[in-house]
Amino acid sequence: MENAFGLIYTGDASMQLRDLTFSRSVAAVPFGGRYRTIDFMLSDLVNTGIYNVGIIAQRNYHSLMDHLESGKEWDLHRKRDGLFVLPPFVTHDNTGVYKGTVDALRSCMGYIRRSSQKYVVLMGSHTIYNTTYNEMIKQHIASGADITIMYNRVKDYDMSEQFDDLRLKMDADGRVTDLALNPAMPETDCCSCDAFVMEKSILEYLVEDAYAHARYDFTSDVLLGSVQSLNIRGWEYKGYVARINSMNSYYRHNMALLDKAVSKDLFSSEHPIYTKIKDEFPARYVGEGRAVNSIVADGCVIEGYVENSVLFRGVHVAPGAVVRNSILMQADDIGENSTLDHMILDKSVTVGTERVLSGHGSYPVILRKGTKV
Amino acid sequence: MPKKKIIAMLLAGGQGSRLGVLTKSMAKPAVPFGGKYRIIDFPLSNCVNSDIDTVGVLTQYEPLALNAYLGSGQPWDLDRMNGGVFVLPPYVSGSKGQWYSGTANAVYQNIPFIDQYDPEYVLILSGDHIYKMDYAKMLKYHQEKNADATIAVLTVPMEEASRFGIMNADEDGRIYEFEEKPKVPKSNKASMGIYIFNWRILRPYLVADEADPASSHDFGKNIIPNLLNAGANLVAWSFNGYWKDVGTLKSLWEANMDLLGSRPEFRLADKDWRIYSKSAAMPPHYLGAASEVKECIVSEGCVVHGKAEHSVLFTGVHVEQGAEIRDSIVMPNAVIGENAVVKRAIIGEGAVVEAGAVIGSEPTPEDGSYDTSLTSDITLVANTVTVPAGRRIPVGMIVK
Repeated sequence: MENAFGLIYTGDASMQLRDLTFSRSVAAVPFGGRYRTIDFMLSDLVNTGIYNVGIIAQRNYHSLMDHLESGKEWDLHRKRDGLFVLPPFVTHDNTGVYKGTVDALRSCMGYIRRSSQKYVVLMGSHTIYNTTYNEMIKQHIASGADITIMYNRVKDYDMSEQFDDLRLKMDADGRVTDLALNPAMPETDCCSCDAFVMEKSILEYLVEDAYAHARYDFTSDVLLGSVQSLNIRGWEYKGYVARINSMNSYYRHNMALLDKAVSKDLFSSEHPIYTKIKDEFPARYVGEGRAVNSIVADGCVIEGYVENSVLFRGVHVAPGAVVRNSILMQADDIGENSTLDHMILDKSVTVGTERVLSGHGSYPVILRKGTKV
Repeated sequence: MPKKKIIAMLLAGGQGSRLGVLTKSMAKPAVPFGGKYRIIDFPLSNCVNSDIDTVGVLTQYEPLALNAYLGSGQPWDLDRMNGGVFVLPPYVSGSKGQWYSGTANAVYQNIPFIDQYDPEYVLILSGDHIYKMDYAKMLKYHQEKNADATIAVLTVPMEEASRFGIMNADEDGRIYEFEEKPKVPKSNKASMGIYIFNWRILRPYLVADEADPASSHDFGKNIIPNLLNAGANLVAWSFNGYWKDVGTLKSLWEANMDLLGSRPEFRLADKDWRIYSKSAAMPPHYLGAASEVKECIVSEGCVVHGKAEHSVLFTGVHVEQGAEIRDSIVMPNAVIGENAVVKRAIIGEGAVVEAGAVIGSEPTPEDGSYDTSLTSDITLVANTVTVPAGRRIPVGMIVK
């Protein structure tokens, strides 16, 4: 057990996620055939030995609440600590709509104060990776840092997808000398993974101080200005990091799971990723049904042909249908002899018979939840 | 404790010796089935789907795997404030204690457990059958017939009837005779080993049976005949649907094969009657670019690079490049190595078939004679066994 609690902010999402976040927060976006992005954050915390987790909900949090329930799937249904969903509430000094992360953190100060752990792991909800924070916390304590930021080295970064892109410049000692948010020309490839470790008392102080000075965003208003006054350090993560910050990156990172190295990294058997159980039957391949280079979840019935695709739970591909380079979410139904290429189908989409739908590698087309074609 | 209308007692104590080495270290109900399930998931899910929320699982043989699997009962929604699932092993009371000596004795020893709930009815189930049954319908019939006991019966082919316990009933369903494996069967209504008793009536019979030194303390052999002789109202309730006793290797293999095809004999894909199981927390399965998977059931966590046809791949199975699997069941976390061949076989949990090995090959004179009484033409690789690279295992052999 770590002497830390987790705090996940699920408010903001990149506008470039388009219809994916039309009716849900980015934390509840389906990923990898049977997961939602928040499953990774929760599993990372639980696998670290952190069993006190607060989730700051902002907008569109119904689908998130439905997914989390009591937290039992993550072993967070506990008498002591456990899972706390913190939706906005209206009080005399809180309008219910947060002006920014600082505002959101301040509204759940009661939870923060009550948490008995000394350290906090503060995280966003659009960066997916599979690790534990034990090493990071250890380094944080040993280095005497005020704040430790988890980062990884990015290459081939597409600037058009930039969202909440925090760059860390560090001296030889690992201390952050400069932070830049969404720089047009990044001076470093060290990019924040949206996870911060600090003492709870520092978080309390920073939030109250920022609020008192009418500063509302934790990254831009607090962190950027504190490089000199605080001892901020980086902790490098070397594994696979998926930033869900645009439709293209969403598509790319799902497809990356078809690569053995990536799927091994994100789904290590040592650190399982937990999610809500649906009790679907195992996938069935029937008649001429085939799938190659694809990820297929339980509850799927494959009677057609599937290639280079990710199929979530309960997808049906009828005889003669061909699905290529696509992401089909839960309970999609593809009719006979229809053809799909470079498509993202949100949940419960029905495609009739002999339809031809196609996007492009550079622009996968998404169909909103429940669409009928 | 609040009174319960009905509770279930699931007999899970059998060793399942006809399943050979598969049950060497686990009780039969814990044996994997159908890709992601274990046999006990079926009666437990039937209970929950029939609104029965209190289940005693009577176990005494290798209970560890079963205990660990059942846990708090949460996967079946059986972690209840009042009721839930309970593992009931034999225990010592005062200076006395004994193993369960028969099905009736096992329930007898747990009379205090049942009495806690003061139920009107007790449902007796066994832990080695694959089927979907609405026990609520059976209970309704039991109540309508004002029965003392109701026995679920299945219509079997007349020529096979002599293998079963046969219930001879009149048109109204009232049983007037019970014959255990009759040479000349008078009817083809076979007992499924599923009973509903009025607890008030069953309880004294269990006590009397226990006091009878000549009794073998068995429901079929003793309790049912005794009730009949005493003129109790026993009725037969006919079940129409898939039912398979998976007590032998062959029938276990067949029942898994019955899940395959576009119109499977036994349908797991039933939204109205879900079968619940403990999740393995594994990612969805991955079929490689060179894989060929045809007419199969594939579970989460599988990684397939080779060929599989008409087979059931359980959770976490790895099939390497060039491997070929046909008409087989490959249990959780087994590994089939490169270019290995598996035909008409059961590969146990965590077993490893190394590269180029052949499971179920044509026997040759060098194989000598070996015992196939348990396997007939099914080849079995026991749990966690490694079959070395290039080894040939002839049809019907058991590798332990």
